[in-house]
This record gives sequence, C-alpha cells and structure tokens, in this order.
Amino acid sequence: MSIEVKNLTHVYSEGLPHESIAIDDVSFTIGDGEFVGIIGHTGSGKSTLLQHLNGLLKPKAGQIIIDGVDITDSKTSMLEIRKKVGLVFQYPEYQLFEETVARDVAFGPSNLGLSAEEISNVVRKSIELVGLDYDEIKNASPFELSGGQKRRVAMAGVLAMKPEVLVLDEPTAGLNPKAHADILDMVDGIHRSENNIIILVSHNMNDVARMCDRVLVMDHGRLVMNGTPAEIFTREKELKEMGLALPDALDITLRLREAGMDISENCLTVQQAADAIASRLK
Amino acid sequence: MIRDITLGQYYPGNSWIHKLDPRIKIMATLLYIVALFVVKDFSGFIVAFAALEAVIILSKVPRSFIWRGLKPVILIIAFTLLINIFMIKGEVLVQFGIFHITKEGLLTAAFMGIRLVLLIIGSTMLTLTTRPIGLTDGIEALLSPFKKIGLPAHELAMMMTIALRFIPTLLEETDKIMKAQQARGADFESGNIMRRAKALVPILVPLFISAFRIAQDLAMAMEARCYGGNLKRTRMNAMKLEKRDLAAGLLFLVFLALIVLQRILM
Repeated sequence: MSIEVKNLTHVYSEGLPHESIAIDDVSFTIGDGEFVGIIGHTGSGKSTLLQHLNGLLKPKAGQIIIDGVDITDSKTSMLEIRKKVGLVFQYPEYQLFEETVARDVAFGPSNLGLSAEEISNVVRKSIELVGLDYDEIKNASPFELSGGQKRRVAMAGVLAMKPEVLVLDEPTAGLNPKAHADILDMVDGIHRSENNIIILVSHNMNDVARMCDRVLVMDHGRLVMNGTPAEIFTREKELKEMGLALPDALDITLRLREAGMDISENCLTVQQAADAIASRLK
Repeated sequence: MIRDITLGQYYPGNSWIHKLDPRIKIMATLLYIVALFVVKDFSGFIVAFAALEAVIILSKVPRSFIWRGLKPVILIIAFTLLINIFMIKGEVLVQFGIFHITKEGLLTAAFMGIRLVLLIIGSTMLTLTTRPIGLTDGIEALLSPFKKIGLPAHELAMMMTIALRFIPTLLEETDKIMKAQQARGADFESGNIMRRAKALVPILVPLFISAFRIAQDLAMAMEARCYGGNLKRTRMNAMKLEKRDLAAGLLFLVFLALIVLQRILM
C-alpha cells in the first residue's frame, strides 16, 4: 500500500475574478504503514490536498496513485477509493444524522453493500476501536452525547469502512485537553493495531513532532518541506516566516542553548527535553 | 457544482453600473419589470432589449456569467412556452390528435418567452452588480417612508441582510456535509427519485442542526453587542446620490417614456 502524488495542481473558481490556486504542483510519496503529518498556515492548501486523496475534489492537473490505481482517472470507481481512503473531516460530529449511534456508524458500511451480519460486526468493532462501550452507547442518540464522544462516534463511522489509509483533518480541534489526549492516544492505538497509513493535519506541533514519522509542510499551495520531524523542526527560521511554531520541547531546548546551557541534542518531545535538562543539572 | 448557482449572486466589479446608488438600481429594476408588462408587441421589446444590452455592456459582467444564471430557470421558461403553444385557440397551423398548434399560440409563446428572459436577466443584473448589503440598505431606505404606518422597515431589511449573508455560509456548510457523507460512500447522483430523496436525509438533518446552531450563535453575538433593532442607527457608509445617479435616473426616464410612447402609438 502506497500513495503517490505527482505534480498535483488545483484551482478554485477557475475563470472567475476570484480565481485562486489552492495547490501548486505538489508531489510526494507515502510508503506502507507510515504516519505522516501535514502542517501549514490556515489557507495553505492542506484541506484541499486531503480532499483530493479520496477523490472528493478533482485536480486541474497531476495524478494521485493509490495502491497502483490512478484515482484521478474518471473510470476509477469512487466507492472503491472511498473504501480504501477514509477521510475524517474537521469537526466530523457535524455529519451525524441517524437516530442511534449504531445506525449512524453503519451508514458507511451499508453504502459499501456489506451484508447485515458483516455490518453489525464491523459497527461493534469500530465503536470499540474508538474506545466507547458498544452495548452502552449503541442505542443512544448521537445528539445527546458529549463533544468528545460525538467525535469518536463520527470517527467510528469512517473506521467502519475499514480504510487502509486514514486521513484526519485536525481531529482534536475544539476539544478540551483531556479529550484531545484521548483522541490522539486512540489514533496512535489504531495505527499500531491496524498498521495502516495515517495522514494527520494538525496545528499542534507537539502532537506532530511526537507522533509522526514524517512531516510535510505546505505554504501558499506549495509543498515546501518534506522530511522527518527532526529535519523539519530544526529549520526554525523558515518555519517562523511561514507563521508556524516549534514544538514546545524544541523551543525550550533551543532557548536554553542560547542562554548558555550545554544541550546539543534537538529534543522533540517533552520527555526527551526533560531527560536532557536533568542530565545537565546532575 | 453547488457554487455554480448565480441567481442572486454578486459579481465583483467597479463599473459605472456597480457604483450606482442601490436605491436607483432597485427602483429602475422594479420599473423595468413593470415596463416589460406595459409592452404589448414585439417592437417594445426591442427598446427593452437595447436598454438591457446597454446595462450589460456598461457593467462589464461576462455574458457567460449572466447565461449561467439563466440556466436554472430554463425549465420554467420551457414549460411556459409549451403551455402557451398548445393551449391558445386560434388559426390552426398543425394538428395531431387532440393537440393543435395555432398561429396565435406560437406568437404568444414567443412573446411570453422574451418577456420572461428579459425579466430574469433584468433582475439578475441588479443582484450581479449590487452587493447584498447595498441591496438591503437600499430596500430599507425605500421602505422607510412606510414606517409611519407601522411597517418594520429596519427589521425587514435586517432579516434580509442576514438571510442573504448566510446563503454562502449555508452553501458552504452543505458542501462540507455532502463531502463528509460522500467520504462515507453516500451516493447522491444515481438511483430513482425515491432513492435520491432518501439520500438527502444524511445532508438535511446535519444541515438543519447547523442552521439552528449558526442562528443561535448569531443571536447571541448580536445581543452581546447590544443590538437593539430600530433605534436611530447611523450607517458606516451613508448612501448619497451623486451626479452619475441623476444621469442614470434621467436615462431611465427616457427609456420609460419610449416604452409608454410606443404603447400609445402602436
């Protein structure tokens, strides 16, 4: 399983006075089982890029090849693509519509034409995968749940389609710190157990630095950086020019170094920074 | 696809027509529509067409854009044409079974067709060249004389402003929800009419919830800023008639006079 994006370009409102280039000649590849983060300022084209990955938007130019299939080809079955690539939008709880949680989660798999038995299995499994108690919640109305629970149910609705690639657009936006940590732990757990490709868009550099194998940086529709978190976050000046911050751990390490402390390593997680600082203070 | 609806949409520009006072444009559009119904034969439409053509050229709005606005109503126009062709009695030209096409039918159909097209394009030109805010400000100003007899002019204009303001927001919301459901394999484009109607439920339920949420947030935000309805509010951009507005008004009066003359003389 791999994703290959070649020279992707997308233009909004083509031919109108407010025409704008949302994605400008973007190319990258993602290998099997990778956990990739995408960062960039608001309006840098991240969400537009995500919507191309499962065929919701058609590019003006370029190709996206997933598992050897060119999904920009009009002959490719959209249902197949959507089964392969699960996209969780920002604030996914706004897509809930059914009377009960179980029926809402079943919407995706029933669109795929699975049998009733398969559907009920997969619904139970995905509700458990997002850390909810199936028997307790299955008959509840999705509208009477808490914000964090709603989001989990909505994510279960996408997971129920058993996607091989899971794309998450700011899955923790607007959640309290506890729910934020829970959702990310859940995503990490899914990545470990399913070993699928995960693409995470986030404004939280701490999460990106801690969780991702690789980071893509978007700016004004262009892909400007592509590398490991350690490679990306040490380019401090360029990131700041794009309006992006550093992970807190790296920020404090750099400041301590500037202030004269002898720290040579670039710490990306709080744990690393704590260890490094503690060893110097001994 | 959903963004292609141009009826009631604004086309950003800086032309002479764009800059006209909204009050003048609203009055002119209303009178233009009345004029279309005053016209009783084809020669009157030549005058009306020429006037519209002049406005289109001056506004610099691309014709493709205007044409797109006409697309959604083509069905209504076609329906009107068919009804007129088949229902009007007179000198029979063609007859098959119980249906017959008459000369009068064809003439009336053509007449009604032209009238409808001019009417739609004429009113589209108003919204294409006037910002929604300008439009509602204009309506409020034109309605304010009726405040004396208890017409809530400001409240009506405010309701319209809000409704217009939230059309793009709700379209965007619809687009988002559609995409989210499509990502879950929903299919809105195939199947018979019952299936398609059923396919709308996953869009409509979240859309209604969103609409109520947005309305609540807006009401709260307005109250937090002490919005008090029809207090003596002043405007950031007060409307002022300029020379070009007078010129436009005069030109329009000439047009009206031509239409009335044509009606009397013909």
